[in-house]
Amino acid sequence: MSKNIKLCKGLDIKLVGKAEARVENAPMAKSYAVSPLDYENVTPKLLVKVGDKVEAGSALFFDKNNPRILFTSPVSGVVSAINRGEKRKLLNVAVEPDQEQVYKELSKVDVAKAERSAIVEMLLESGLWTRIVERPFGVIANPDAEPKAIFVSAFDSAPLAPDYNFMLQQEKANIEAGMALLARLTKGKVHLSARKGDEGFMAEVKGVEYHTFSGKHPVGNVGVQIHHIDRIAKGDIVWTVNIQDVAIMGRFVQTGKLDMSKTIAVAGSEAEKPCYKRVIAGAAVESIVGNVKDGVRVISGDVLTGVTTAKDGYLAANANMITLIPEGDVYEFMGWAMPRFHRFSVSGAYFSWLFPKKQYKLDTNLNGGERPFVVTGLYEKYLPMDVYVSYLLKACLVKDLDKMENLGLYEVLPEDLALCEFVDPSKIEMQQILRDGINLMIKES
Amino acid sequence: MGLRKFVDKIKPTFSEGGKLSFLHSTFEGFETFLYAPNTVTKRGAHIRDCNDIKRVMITVVVALIPAMLFGMYNLGRMAGFTGMWDAFLFGLVEMLPMIVVSYVVGLSIEFAFAQVRRHEINEGFLVTGLLIPLVMPIGVPLWVVALSTAFAVIIGKEVFGGTGMNVFNPALLARAFAFFGYTSSMSGETAWYAGGTVHKWLGLTPAGTGEVMTSGATPLAQLGDGAAAYTADWSNFQDAFFGFIPGSMGETSTLAILIGAVILLFTGVASWRTMISVFAGGLLMGLVFNLVGADPASLPADATPEAIARAEYMNVPAYWHLVVGGFAFGAVFMATDPVTSAQTNTGKWIYGLMVGMLAVLIRVINPAYPEGMMLSILFMNALAPLIDYFVVERNIARRKKLIKNVK
Repeated sequence: MSKNIKLCKGLDIKLVGKAEARVENAPMAKSYAVSPLDYENVTPKLLVKVGDKVEAGSALFFDKNNPRILFTSPVSGVVSAINRGEKRKLLNVAVEPDQEQVYKELSKVDVAKAERSAIVEMLLESGLWTRIVERPFGVIANPDAEPKAIFVSAFDSAPLAPDYNFMLQQEKANIEAGMALLARLTKGKVHLSARKGDEGFMAEVKGVEYHTFSGKHPVGNVGVQIHHIDRIAKGDIVWTVNIQDVAIMGRFVQTGKLDMSKTIAVAGSEAEKPCYKRVIAGAAVESIVGNVKDGVRVISGDVLTGVTTAKDGYLAANANMITLIPEGDVYEFMGWAMPRFHRFSVSGAYFSWLFPKKQYKLDTNLNGGERPFVVTGLYEKYLPMDVYVSYLLKACLVKDLDKMENLGLYEVLPEDLALCEFVDPSKIEMQQILRDGINLMIKES
Repeated sequence: MGLRKFVDKIKPTFSEGGKLSFLHSTFEGFETFLYAPNTVTKRGAHIRDCNDIKRVMITVVVALIPAMLFGMYNLGRMAGFTGMWDAFLFGLVEMLPMIVVSYVVGLSIEFAFAQVRRHEINEGFLVTGLLIPLVMPIGVPLWVVALSTAFAVIIGKEVFGGTGMNVFNPALLARAFAFFGYTSSMSGETAWYAGGTVHKWLGLTPAGTGEVMTSGATPLAQLGDGAAAYTADWSNFQDAFFGFIPGSMGETSTLAILIGAVILLFTGVASWRTMISVFAGGLLMGLVFNLVGADPASLPADATPEAIARAEYMNVPAYWHLVVGGFAFGAVFMATDPVTSAQTNTGKWIYGLMVGMLAVLIRVINPAYPEGMMLSILFMNALAPLIDYFVVERNIARRKKLIKNVK
């Protein structure tokens, strides 16, 4: 076992509404949806039309850029809607579920003995391949590539993040099976990182390179962990998989059925009873959180990196939590001069430092106007990586590909800069700037 | 609230298509001053720290207040007022016009540029506008203040794209402009005390002469004259530390400046790395001079007066350099400007050390510029991007080395 890696930089934002350690079963939703927008750089091509009957595991659409990548239905039922936005852009494919779930007969291989290519084909056919993220760039893994290593983070350090040890307590066998599966996909190592002192059964998982980390958010981000375990250099490819998806993959290889049920946390100051819910991926959020009041934002994911979800929208594919926080569309008289005891700041210009244990109820107000880069040395305190954040972002803004590469574009994803974006007094949209930079790089290379 | 209703009512007039839409930025500036806006996050992090640039800039203004208030009092004191209140009132009357001129000129230009660019008004000038009068000697004609401010804002800042993009610290640029352009109005060697008739209507009459302006040597000049007895006297040092000495308005009291420094450091607005390294650099250079400086008495009989003066200046105890002239003020409020200083943490150490060392070097070696702080900071402003370039290059080199290790 390698020694514990302790990170000093970062910040834990304490919010009201942590999920209680209690799992409820969410009722079957009226519909489930799969969206190409939950992934980067996917150009969807439909395989179904409204009214088609599908089984759990049937493909709904594929990616034109790589036709082997299929997106499959999490439930069996009838395709009820194909929702499109401006310019007929596909938003999602919705499926109305059957009462009794029928699982598609998918090919099942013996992970220990099969060829690597057979395992890849199995994952592609089931749609679970889409759950493998490739770095650099944070896109769906290229099935033709072989990664240097695969990284899995066994904990999430984001504000109000679900406790994976609690969520996955029944899933040990599945996680072990999933890890064995991942081990077949790379000649390198499969790294599993847990939080020191809160390791659950992770230390007992076999066949992985086990690490422990301690520190503040973003210590749970897999990108930060990669940086401290085995940095990504130019030309490297590594894959990452969310620990819950590892469990789903493990379940699949053992049963041959695509069972996309998972546990998510419902949290945030506006959640009536913050707790864990058992759901099926892609469920309509209304089935999970009920009727949400006006003036509340529903976020698929955490408050730093999640996506705003409409009240009649669906749980995003990569979300392991739903956060409910108040919208902040109110004026505040002389706000910049007020003590603002109810708000949080890392700056000594406010008073959060007086109440280190206080839990805050933060809203979505931008708390200022957008300005050019002014402060320096602040962002680096919230990114435990050897990356100069403002220089990298400026390189993205001026579209200088060489500089972007040199300054570390391959090592970071927007989620890693989320904290910098949170603390920034200039209110610069760092995650979006980085995403645009990454997409430009993908286009040019 | 009634005010909010009123603002909402007149808002369309200033918005796109409204009659006064050409004043949109100005309206927006006033509106956000009155009310923190109701904008919500659209992309990226859903919650945000409640700190913004307005608060950052206001914090610097607050940190400047002790130095400003003491400057006002000291001004009156230097002019011969003995009563604390009288002295303060006198200073206030002297300084207020300069502050008003600086703000009015600077903000008008800022508003105009923001309007043309269709940007929001940037708060940076809130600080610059106060810094300018604080670094100007008293008695500078108001039109020089106005001209310097305009120069600093237009040439120093707006041509580069506004706050955040400027290369040089605008307030120091204003001072440099006045220093080189209107030398007769200000110099580093003597400071003008205000005094006399203009204040008679207020009932303020200094105890001293009835001259409109009197001038006297600053401690910097006295140091330059090599008054060994001057530096040896502990009470002189105390005066210099507490600020009972002539000089530009904000710069005299090291104590008041240090109070500001505590505010800046605690709130994290200024970098402690820069601040500490500037003081360290000054002290270091002073010590070097103390070591190498020849004893003036041992100089050959035919030594020029300049050589003697320089030798004497070299022997000034190093810590003196930190309390006289604009050193402390520059270290705390000017060198730490995040935009014009080095931006990387390693760069800040190098930048700060060099600012401190250069300031003392210029003071001692070049008697024509006894106030070396301004020149040294401006010079290092120009060099800061170069320092950062090398620091960032090292980061890039570390990343490239990774590739070799793999293959």
